[in-house]
Amino acid sequence: MKTSFLEFEQPIAELEAKIEQLRFVQDDSAVDISEEIGRLEVKSLALTKEIYAKLTPWQIAQVARHPQRPYTLDYLEHVFTDFEELKGDRSFADDHAIVGGLARFNGQSCVVIGHQKGRDTKEKIHRNFGMPRPEGYRKALRLMRTAERFHLPVFTFIDTPGAYPGIDAEERGQSEAIGRNLYEMAELRVPIVATVIGEGGSGGALAIAVADAILMLQYATYSVISPEGCASILWKSADKASEAAEIMGITAARLKTLGLVDRVVHEPVGGAHRDHLAMAQSLRKSLHEVMKPLSALSIDELIENRYERLMGYGRFKEQPVQ
Amino acid sequence: MSWIQKLLPPKIKRSEGVRKSIPEGLWSKCPACEAVLYSTDLENNQQVCPKCSHHLRIRARHRLDLLLDPEGRYEIGGEVAPVDALKFKDSRRYPERLAAAAEDTGESDALVVMQGAIKTVPVVIACFEFEFLGGSMGSVVGERFVRGVRAAIESQSPFVCVTASGGARMQEGLLSLMQMAKTTAAVSLLAKHRLPFLTVLTDPTMGGVSASFAFVGDVVMAEPGALIGFAGPRVIEQTVRQTLPEGFQRAEFLLEKGAIDMIVDRRQMRDRLASLITLLQGTPAVA
Repeated sequence: MKTSFLEFEQPIAELEAKIEQLRFVQDDSAVDISEEIGRLEVKSLALTKEIYAKLTPWQIAQVARHPQRPYTLDYLEHVFTDFEELKGDRSFADDHAIVGGLARFNGQSCVVIGHQKGRDTKEKIHRNFGMPRPEGYRKALRLMRTAERFHLPVFTFIDTPGAYPGIDAEERGQSEAIGRNLYEMAELRVPIVATVIGEGGSGGALAIAVADAILMLQYATYSVISPEGCASILWKSADKASEAAEIMGITAARLKTLGLVDRVVHEPVGGAHRDHLAMAQSLRKSLHEVMKPLSALSIDELIENRYERLMGYGRFKEQPVQ
Repeated sequence: MSWIQKLLPPKIKRSEGVRKSIPEGLWSKCPACEAVLYSTDLENNQQVCPKCSHHLRIRARHRLDLLLDPEGRYEIGGEVAPVDALKFKDSRRYPERLAAAAEDTGESDALVVMQGAIKTVPVVIACFEFEFLGGSMGSVVGERFVRGVRAAIESQSPFVCVTASGGARMQEGLLSLMQMAKTTAAVSLLAKHRLPFLTVLTDPTMGGVSASFAFVGDVVMAEPGALIGFAGPRVIEQTVRQTLPEGFQRAEFLLEKGAIDMIVDRRQMRDRLASLITLLQGTPAVA
């Protein structure tokens, strides 16, 4: 697959194009230019490192939405084995924006649930751009209940612009579906590990992200509202999205310092989309390290800790009442 | 003076500039039926239009006055105050917005919690103040809510929440999103203690407040005509590119779709809450 480059990656794109050209020339040339190609490749890597070392939050948001970024089903392929997809919410429909089912992680049974986006136009529409309707959240809850019944840990993967803001979604109780998940996940009697792999878009993300450990990929974002949405409210213009991304604190690094994320999972140079396998390997290692201590806890301790974590969210001060 | 002005008798000549000033606030206009109402009548009618029964928005403390018995009530969580964790600044800094909201409303954040009684039935009520930054839920709202729930559990009282909110508070970023998880988790404890949790959804209840604890109550009530939903009507319109049906996301629409238990007129709210709580708790009815 040819890497598609983002706007801020244009210098890398130009270099890569040049390398490509030289390779083409090399094929029917008597002169050996492999040294030159090698030199340019080193340069390209260095340039990529340099650019990615100082990405702005808005640039990170674009990497998080990169069309070639690995999605939940990619991780199901590379991190888990024996995936058996379970579909439907048992009352209305199967939502394609959320996938889930049984799988094995390092040989151990578990339940995996995640948002799913599509790559080409047809699949994007099929997956509703990763924006679930109530039936998606209800399917997720049903699968969590199954996990609880069979004492299986739950892994969730978050990658959504948000819950679908549509007429039908409202009619079927989008609010209730999200709220219900928050309520039930607070006391689900199995370990839950949530990983933000791309876009963590507001309530639609949180609805499967109440967990005992929250991981976030290096170039993923997690926010209360999209930068565009924030900008259109505060500045009445979506063009200010980059400023909004800056002030909202949506990146993994920032959220780690705020104590809202437990662990940042490093991505390959140039982002997860450059190397799905390396990304999967790095994620598997992190998931293993995070899940291990959780499964050692008794269920009561686990629930107690989760409750303490939830109650601890927030920054405020205490002062005498006026 | 033009010829027509000369023709008009002096009585119906418009006095220019020296219009009689009407005392501010003596009259109000119903936003729904446009009837001109005597403010005192509106006040005596709990801010419900006597002509068309339109429910006007009311302030949190006014609401608590309407619901709670006057004696034996005290506030919970008033000591919790907001901070600017993100150093958030758009056209104004967040602390400036907070100060302005405090100035305008006399509140220090968007939730007022009180312990007291409804017709002698002990209860803790949390009430959103929409006038304070759109009733948005940030860290302080979440913490006061939780302290209210804890007080309810300690005193074995039911917990009632009256919502009026645009959603999560943007200026606190992800911290405010997490308040959805925090408040909703707290509510799950009420169920463990077999304490009733009732929600009263008023105009408007949207976004993060709607999509957290609002619909997980044992009984979910709404005021007539209240706008209630996950996404705002404008966002939906932009997404689906079609005009929304009449009455979409109004309380009556939600009742029809099976999302809420009942619509209750504000003037009956106190009686109905007392009745529902005693029914849930299996205690004798109160007069």
